[in-house]
Amino acid sequence: MAESVDNRVDKPNESPETREQNRRLSVRLAVVAAAMFGFGFALVPLYDQICVALGINSVERPSQVVNTQVDRSRTVTIEFDSNAHNIGWRFEPLVNHLDVHPGELATVEYEVVNVTDKPVTGQAIPSYGPPSAGEYFHKLECFCFSQQTLQPGERRRMPVTFVVDARLPKGVSSIALSYTFFQVAGREGSG
Amino acid sequence: MKGFFSGRIVSLVAALAALAASAPAHAVAWYFQTPASQIARDIDQLHQYVMWLIIIIFVGVFGFMFWACYAHRKSVGHKAAQFHENTTVELIWTIIPAIILVIIAWPVTKTVIAQKDTSASDITVKVTGYQWKWGYDYIKGEGEGIQFLSTLTTPREQIEGNAPKGENYLLEVDNEMVVPVGKKIRVITTAADVVHAWWVPAFGVKQDAIPGFLRDIWFKPEKEGVFRGQCTELCGKEHAYMPIVVRVVSQDDYTKWVTQKKQAMSASADDPGKTWAEDELIKRGEKVYAANCVACHQANGRGMPPAFPSLAGGKLTTGPKEGHIDIVLNGKPGTAMAAFGKQLNDTDIAAVISYERNSWGNKAGIVQPAEVKARRK
Amino acid sequence: MSSIVDTHPVGHAHDDHGHHGKYSGLMRWVTTTNHKDIGSMYLWFSFIMFLVGGTMALVIRAELFQPGLQVVDPDFFNQMTTMHGLIMVFGAIMPAFVGFANWLIPMQIGAPDMAFARLNNWSFWLLPFAASLLILSFFMPGGAPGVGWTMYAPLTVQQGIGMDLTIFGIHILGMSSILGSINIITTILNMRAPGMTLMKMPLFCWTWLITAYLLVATMPVLAGAVTMTLTDRHFGTSFFNAAGGGDPVLYQHIFWFFGHPEVYIIALPAFGVVSQVIPAFSRKPLFGYASMVYAVAAIAILSFIVWAHHMYTVGMPVTGQLFFMYATTLIAVPTGVKVFNWVATMWKGSLTFETPMLFAIGFLFLFTLGGFTGLVLSLVPVDIQLHDTYYVVAHFHYVMVAGALFSAFAGIYFWLPKWTGRMYDERLGKLHFWLTLIFFNLIFFVQHFLGLAGMPRRIPDYPLMFETWNKVSTIGAFGFGLSQLLFLYIVLKALKSGEKAPQLPWEGADSLEWTHLPTPAPYHSFETPPVVK
Repeated sequence: MAESVDNRVDKPNESPETREQNRRLSVRLAVVAAAMFGFGFALVPLYDQICVALGINSVERPSQVVNTQVDRSRTVTIEFDSNAHNIGWRFEPLVNHLDVHPGELATVEYEVVNVTDKPVTGQAIPSYGPPSAGEYFHKLECFCFSQQTLQPGERRRMPVTFVVDARLPKGVSSIALSYTFFQVAGREGSG
Repeated sequence: MKGFFSGRIVSLVAALAALAASAPAHAVAWYFQTPASQIARDIDQLHQYVMWLIIIIFVGVFGFMFWACYAHRKSVGHKAAQFHENTTVELIWTIIPAIILVIIAWPVTKTVIAQKDTSASDITVKVTGYQWKWGYDYIKGEGEGIQFLSTLTTPREQIEGNAPKGENYLLEVDNEMVVPVGKKIRVITTAADVVHAWWVPAFGVKQDAIPGFLRDIWFKPEKEGVFRGQCTELCGKEHAYMPIVVRVVSQDDYTKWVTQKKQAMSASADDPGKTWAEDELIKRGEKVYAANCVACHQANGRGMPPAFPSLAGGKLTTGPKEGHIDIVLNGKPGTAMAAFGKQLNDTDIAAVISYERNSWGNKAGIVQPAEVKARRK
Repeated sequence: MSSIVDTHPVGHAHDDHGHHGKYSGLMRWVTTTNHKDIGSMYLWFSFIMFLVGGTMALVIRAELFQPGLQVVDPDFFNQMTTMHGLIMVFGAIMPAFVGFANWLIPMQIGAPDMAFARLNNWSFWLLPFAASLLILSFFMPGGAPGVGWTMYAPLTVQQGIGMDLTIFGIHILGMSSILGSINIITTILNMRAPGMTLMKMPLFCWTWLITAYLLVATMPVLAGAVTMTLTDRHFGTSFFNAAGGGDPVLYQHIFWFFGHPEVYIIALPAFGVVSQVIPAFSRKPLFGYASMVYAVAAIAILSFIVWAHHMYTVGMPVTGQLFFMYATTLIAVPTGVKVFNWVATMWKGSLTFETPMLFAIGFLFLFTLGGFTGLVLSLVPVDIQLHDTYYVVAHFHYVMVAGALFSAFAGIYFWLPKWTGRMYDERLGKLHFWLTLIFFNLIFFVQHFLGLAGMPRRIPDYPLMFETWNKVSTIGAFGFGLSQLLFLYIVLKALKSGEKAPQLPWEGADSLEWTHLPTPAPYHSFETPPVVK
């Protein structure tokens, strides 16, 4: 029978060199495993930093508007929408839509009422239709920048001050701005 | 071989017999619904174009295969050739399909771009998916300000087999979305709870409705009529029971509908000061219950705990009225219990609460509309 | 293919049934590290899961026989559709092909066993445990999850504790696949007999090598998606919840980034089996071996960049839709090459049509049909009409049942003699084929019509115009289910009293396990490697 001395699976006799190599490899692998585990923990603060650095953070901040040159050759219709499904608030825009020129500053108000008998804190999350229009919609003042706490029965009017960037693609003539109010803290899964 | 043939034939005959015995009287749907918009027509044409291409290629390739099965059998004495590669042939049958795909790509691309172009619309309607109904909000254009919910009206008896099924079984609603013919309708979808999808096959328009986000899509109906679709994203128990009905009317009829709908909206704010008799209130409440509550809490009030609590002998339904009113008005965040205060007026809520407090063994008094109004802020 | 010259006597079949290690009875199976034992366990497990998942399908089809609710309530129906999908994909079809891998890879490359024999044992035994978790979910308050096998958020956040059991089950299934894949890659790359270069390996080994890489790359992604679902459910995260800055669509991206390569994980080993069977019964070498290898590799690489074709209606920008459409249509090219090569293998061969060949030809015809409906679905405008309808259900059952399942049947009939030393009853085998073929098409061909006509997926009840085809489909389903019991009978009969198999029952078969090992293969084979020229 041909005796093969190379890599066969059943090798009971391991030379000391191999054992040392295996030991070194195991140590390296253990270090890598520990590092990956640590990386998972480090991701929690890292995630926030990456979002800030790349400017992607959907709980938003006021925009720095550089160019306020009004482009009167174009009109964009902004449609205002509101959603408050699981928060026990009544939430409506005071106007349904507004025509603006890119570069022109405009302010609209939303009204929110806490119809429950407990104080409730909510966070408004914006969404845009078409979604890509969000890049060109700069908000200078918005109730969505911070959480809002309403006492039982409290009614509040909240402004949004915005400007549409003149670089909005020509094909877009209508932008829907929608806010959804979500209750903050103590969000439980059901069932 | 007679043996295995007879097995095939018997099963085929059995299947056909069973089929014939239960054949329904109506037409058998098997292809796209008749298009009612340019996009739907474009889709239909693209599909036919690709189908012909596929059929030709399929017949060609499997023609070869079946010919080999016939002519190259060992049992007729065919001896095997031993060739096993041919670079030229392989290159040809790699490049030609690639070219065919490029040829398909151009007309398809045009339609994709057209489907996404929601600019210059005449009317904008916001469509909200709920578990398990649709909400329509006309937010721009003629009809602005009209808001209503659209719920399935097929009675439970038909679903459970205790009554014959109507023609529009599972495709009928109380409030249809009405739009004028020939106008570009922009639809903005969102959802209140989980992902739903809004689809009207005749218009070739389908868009997911995602909670917390807006998505926009458009359609332009070319002819008058009633067009029906269904929710097309699994959204829980009653996913099959939230249809979409769009009624397309002439411009004049649309204007009439807008006026009438706005009047109805203000009139249907029932006078909340009215005091109702117990039996009238409970009778009305039974209807409200059937339209809004029965899917989860069941006709016998026992619900399906723990997700859908029992109302028979429940703490809230037999306890102080305030708790019962509050939960119907405001819902319970974090569960499937919606805030019906936004969907129903004071009279309907008082009626359904009264019905619940006096059914299934409960005997807990009634609630008047004024009491409901008082607990709204 | 490879020409084998061997200077050793053809395997000394020292007792097939002795020397299994020191255990016997149940403990033998619990502790075995033998690739043949483990392969058999995978195959039996997958068949049991196939019957369980199949029963769920029959519940679904029974409810869908007529409009209205007759058999189950909508919530339980959703549980059936969900668990049918999860059990068939993760419990039936994937383990079946791992069973083939275990049995065949060592024998086809001239190795005595898999590289990590004990790990192999554990990879298998994780599976019944995971399957129990899935089945146990039915008995939890609220029942099993009713979210579809795709488990979209935020519907998953609303489910009861059965959802969590399912998530843990999926974690364990994923671990099993990953460990098995590590084993397969190491075995194939390190333990081939001298002279067996990669380009001389049977194509089946190539398809498993590539599939194993796909598994290692994508199962962790699925684990990520379901773990994020778990934390959204219980630990206050908002990955898929707009309230905290998340997005339900994020789940879909993560899931389908796994989900699309997953379907190729199912398909590629099926391609491998068929690539062994067709040349054997054509008595002709596989046409274009090298292109077949490149095509499999191309399909695997492309499978990573097409995932959002499952999401055309979520509202992604036009450029996204166009990119994914173009990338998806590209996959048709290497797949087409494979189909042409299989037909070219048959062309001018000397064909016989025993049961394995019947299933392989059935695969070729019907998988290609499924591939074409996939091409239809890849086109965005058409998909807008067909997404989430029965057209999609028809498409994936053609490629996964008429594709992968038929290929598995072909493989079992083909290799049963090698594994057991016994022949199955050829007449009954052919009957099984024809019944399966006819009933399969009755179930699923008409579902294309249902989808075109507008019937959505995952509904227990439907408008009246869909009644006729649903009736046909249900009748087909019950016929199909019964026909698989015939398969069980065929296998048991062969094991018990099948005719003794000759050394080479298939004269065209020429891979190492046929030319170089006795029939049945001995418990330990290739303890000394053959030399391959």
